[in-house]
Formats: sequence, C-alpha cells, structure tokens
Amino acid sequence: MNDLARPGLRSEGATVIRVQTEDFDVGAEIARLRAGNPRVGAVASFVGVCRDLNDGAAVAEMTLEHYPGMTEKALDGIAREARERWDIIDIAMVHRIGPMRPTDQIVLVIVTSAHRGEAFAACEFLMDYLKTRAPFWKKERTPEGERWVDARASDDAAAERWS
Amino acid sequence: MKPVRLDCRAPIETTMLNVLYFARLRESLGRDTEKIDLPPGVADVAGLTAWLRTRGEAWERELAPGRSWRVAVNQDMARGDSPVRDGDEVAFFPPVTGG
Repeated sequence: MNDLARPGLRSEGATVIRVQTEDFDVGAEIARLRAGNPRVGAVASFVGVCRDLNDGAAVAEMTLEHYPGMTEKALDGIAREARERWDIIDIAMVHRIGPMRPTDQIVLVIVTSAHRGEAFAACEFLMDYLKTRAPFWKKERTPEGERWVDARASDDAAAERWS
Repeated sequence: MKPVRLDCRAPIETTMLNVLYFARLRESLGRDTEKIDLPPGVADVAGLTAWLRTRGEAWERELAPGRSWRVAVNQDMARGDSPVRDGDEVAFFPPVTGG
C-alpha cells in the first residue's frame, strides 16, 4: 500500500516557523505537528522562559526585537541543517517578540522522529543554533534602567559543539 | 537633415544600498533604516564600515574594531570581505541574544 492510499500517513514531515507576539500553547502545537502521523515515535520539545533575574539584576520586563525576513530565513536554514544531520520527521520553531514578563514563554522548539535519540539531539541543536544565529535581541528593564542583553560566550561554545 | 545619433548606453546609476540597524546600534546611531549612495571605491562590508566610521563619534565608537557587531548582506551573515552591490540590503546589529 502506498502513502497516497493512507491519508493519515505523510511521506514528509512539516517544518513550522513562526515569529509572533502572542503566547503559544505547547500541547496544541505538538498535537498539530504530529497530526496523527503514525510514523512519529518520539516528540522532544524545549520551552525557553523569561526569568526574573539575569546577570545579578532583577528583571521586571524584557522586550524582544528581531530582523523581519532574516529571522525566518535563518530559522529555515537551521531547520534544513538539522534535517541533514538527523533522521527527523517534523520541526516547529516558534519565537515570540515584543514585551515579556518573568514566567512568560519566549521560545518553543519541537522535533518529532521515529526514535527518541534523533529528536533529543536535533532539538538541542536547533536551540543552540537559534541562540547564536537567529537575529533576535533582548532588552531588559531592571531597577537600574533598561539594558541590552549581551551575547554569552557559553552560547557560542554550545553551538560550537555541533561543528 | 541627418538624424541625430543617440547614445544608447544606459544612464550611469549610482549604487544605492538599503542599510538597516537593529537593537543597540539602532538606538545609538539614531536610525533604523536609510538609503546610502555608496561612495566610490567602497566594494565590500569592510569598506562600507570604514566609511560609516567617518560619520562621527557615535559611528566611530559603535563600529570600532574592538566592539562586537555583526553584518548581514541580503539577510545572510556576512564578513568583511563580503561584496556589497547596488540594491543590496545591508544590516548592522549586535551579536544575537534570542531564545
């Protein structure tokens, strides 16, 4: 029986890339991505959350800015690279922009695959590359005033592991 | 009367770049976008950066060799020797901090 005869079975997975101001629902995003695909045996996901403390200062609010156009292009390139490295089915990368407060969700990465090893590794890879290659910038509001968040050497080191 | 012979070559076009600035650079340079008529002799990112530095103190400070910034040409990460051509979109921004 070929794929066309079985409507529930997709021969290729989906790549979902979204930049949005609204919050996201992790459960709904996973359900939509899997879409009842019986080939999916593993789902790995990562959620990045806004903290109330960074570099020793209390953070009351944070604003995320991005480079429209390049962001989507960069995320798409990162997703393609993950597909070249691992046998994965679906990828979703959702990143919020605009003002955010502590406990708010910032970023979501989901990977589906047949087995867990590929999904775990690809999810971590996507997140490491997103942090160092996708054009987003954070500005924090602290009691001392506003400040742009500096890039971290540890993020560069995390991305270096994969090269 | 002899017909006038017209010069059919295309008129000389100036090299226009669409330049964008983000985050800290946008704030300290006081603009998010501008059209730049590329000065003669400037052919790559390093040349454009050197020319921008001559605009004044904020430019010299933000784009100083010791500071951390990135450049993208047509929405791909670029290096100093990446060429810049007519119609290109060139963006200057700090190292990224998303996620």
